[in-house]
Amino acid sequence: MARIQLHDVRKSYAGQEVIHGVTMDIADGEFVVIVGPSGCGKSTLLRMVAGLEEITSGQVSIGDRVVNDLEPRERNIAMVFQNYALYPHMTVRENMAYGLKIAGMSRPEIEAAVARAAAMLELEPYLDRKPRQLSGGQRQRVAMGRALVREPAALLLDEPLSNLDAKLRVQMRLQIRDLQQRTAQTTLYVTHDQVEAMTLADRLIVMEKGLAQQIATPHEVYTAPATEFVAGFIGSPAMNIFTVTCDDSGLLLPGGHRMPVPGLAARGEVRLGLRPEDICLVEDDSPAFPVLLRSIEWLGADAFGYGVIEGSDVQLTLRMSGQTSVARGDRLRVGLPADRLHFFSTVDGHRL
Amino acid sequence: MRRTVFPHKVLPWLLLAPQLAITLIFFYWPAAQAFRQSVLKEDPFGLSSTFVGLANFRKVLSDPNYLNALQVTVVFSLLVAFGALAIALFLAVQAEKIIRGKGFYRTMMIWPYAVAPAIAGMLWLFMFNPSFGTLAWPLRQLGIQWNPLLDGGDAMALVVAAATWKQISYNFLFFVAGLQAIPKSLLEAAAIDGASRRHAFWTVVFPLLAPTTFFLLVVNTVYALFDTFGIIHAVTGGGPGKATETLVYKVYNDGFVNLIMGDSAAQSVILMVIVIALTAFQFRFIERRVHYA
Repeated sequence: MARIQLHDVRKSYAGQEVIHGVTMDIADGEFVVIVGPSGCGKSTLLRMVAGLEEITSGQVSIGDRVVNDLEPRERNIAMVFQNYALYPHMTVRENMAYGLKIAGMSRPEIEAAVARAAAMLELEPYLDRKPRQLSGGQRQRVAMGRALVREPAALLLDEPLSNLDAKLRVQMRLQIRDLQQRTAQTTLYVTHDQVEAMTLADRLIVMEKGLAQQIATPHEVYTAPATEFVAGFIGSPAMNIFTVTCDDSGLLLPGGHRMPVPGLAARGEVRLGLRPEDICLVEDDSPAFPVLLRSIEWLGADAFGYGVIEGSDVQLTLRMSGQTSVARGDRLRVGLPADRLHFFSTVDGHRL
Repeated sequence: MRRTVFPHKVLPWLLLAPQLAITLIFFYWPAAQAFRQSVLKEDPFGLSSTFVGLANFRKVLSDPNYLNALQVTVVFSLLVAFGALAIALFLAVQAEKIIRGKGFYRTMMIWPYAVAPAIAGMLWLFMFNPSFGTLAWPLRQLGIQWNPLLDGGDAMALVVAAATWKQISYNFLFFVAGLQAIPKSLLEAAAIDGASRRHAFWTVVFPLLAPTTFFLLVVNTVYALFDTFGIIHAVTGGGPGKATETLVYKVYNDGFVNLIMGDSAAQSVILMVIVIALTAFQFRFIERRVHYA
């Protein structure tokens, strides 16, 4: 168990920079999730920590050792791969014991460590099976077991749940979180799934195009996204983001609707972000703007309404109660929650 | 499972006919002929033959020359099969490591397979001919007594080298394909588990290559037993003395040079039994240890 430090870590392939300097300090025992769309460099970053990709510049340390030039086997890490990478010719037991044997552990010690990991992951009945005789979820657990059995300084997981079906994914997600809390293992986890990211992480790194857009707790990322990209990426359904004009008295929305919002710091053209659940329907005569409801999705507890702001083609998603009586084609009066508005620069997308 | 039944009765046979004809004419008929010949004895002029039962077999098996050929074959086949496998595997692993020019190296490695056995044999003979061989001269300069035309050991080394060289390409091709089929992430997992490259090779790569290696072992054994005739014929003609006379070469020699048809046929029947037994053994005992992913 150890802390991991990244300092201005960069990666180039053939002169083309794909990771543009990531700096982060991961505390001992912390669970950090790297999340981002495919091709954002999240796996590359993880593989650089693992030692499977060379570090072009910057510094990675695990514990108090700079590991830039160390082979993966010298870094005291364990990794769970997306396809699990179990040795197909070895039994579950042999798979888990492989690293321990290399480390020169005695036979009884190996037996004990494997038994402990197997018990923790409920793998005891399968110890003498080969990976191909196991289901997807069981293979995933073996991969976890192989990683945990060595009690490494850092545990790295590269999209470990993406090959499982939805139900199993939820189960394994809870199990991984539970295991991590019990073992207090410093963990770096890569995923493209925002639900996994939000539920698992102590802290998130939201990446896009080789840049860490925001490094913060899930709560912070959700309530105060640092950039327009983060705002749109985290949250489901996605945040409504459109351009408005700010002046002393309030906002000028698309379609020419004016909304009085006192005390705005922003001026001129800005990007306004609105979470679907923060938009409220207005019954009385407080300030509101009209939205034409184009369709509605009823999900039981919730209903999602999709409409456009009247007089414009700006689409708006609304999250309403499942008991709502509005219907397709309705003209809704919609209000803005003054304290839940997110403003982003039209120039660089940063939060204002 | 439901079986697909073709309504037509004649068409399937017609479609199979060319392959069946080839198999029957070129494999079964000669084999049957060999069986028939092996129990007959021909008169010196080839005009009549008499049934002699197993006399030909008794004669062959008590012939010291035959036992010598058997020994030569065992040594030759083991050296060729394992040499070709080991060298090809080594080269395939090395070729995998190359990043630039991978295709070029692979193509170059595969070329020798296109060389006909007799030509391959001649090439090696020219290179190592004691009087004018390009490579025999430096060997002599190094103080190595080298004469494959007179020394049985040298002759054996030369035919083994030529036969191995020719088979390496074939094995290389399969090993390269086999190596590519091993997921990269397994090697990465091994690296993270602390395995050195060498350790990962023997504990992960080699076991996963087992199906390829087993297939090649069978193919190489058959190759060494039969297909090396051309090389031996071109390089040594079985000599000097009988130092490189393998079973196949002796079959040819006794049958087509010395025209002792009965003996030759008996030998080929024995050879057939040996190959069937060997292949059955390989499938029964070695394949069991092969892991098919």
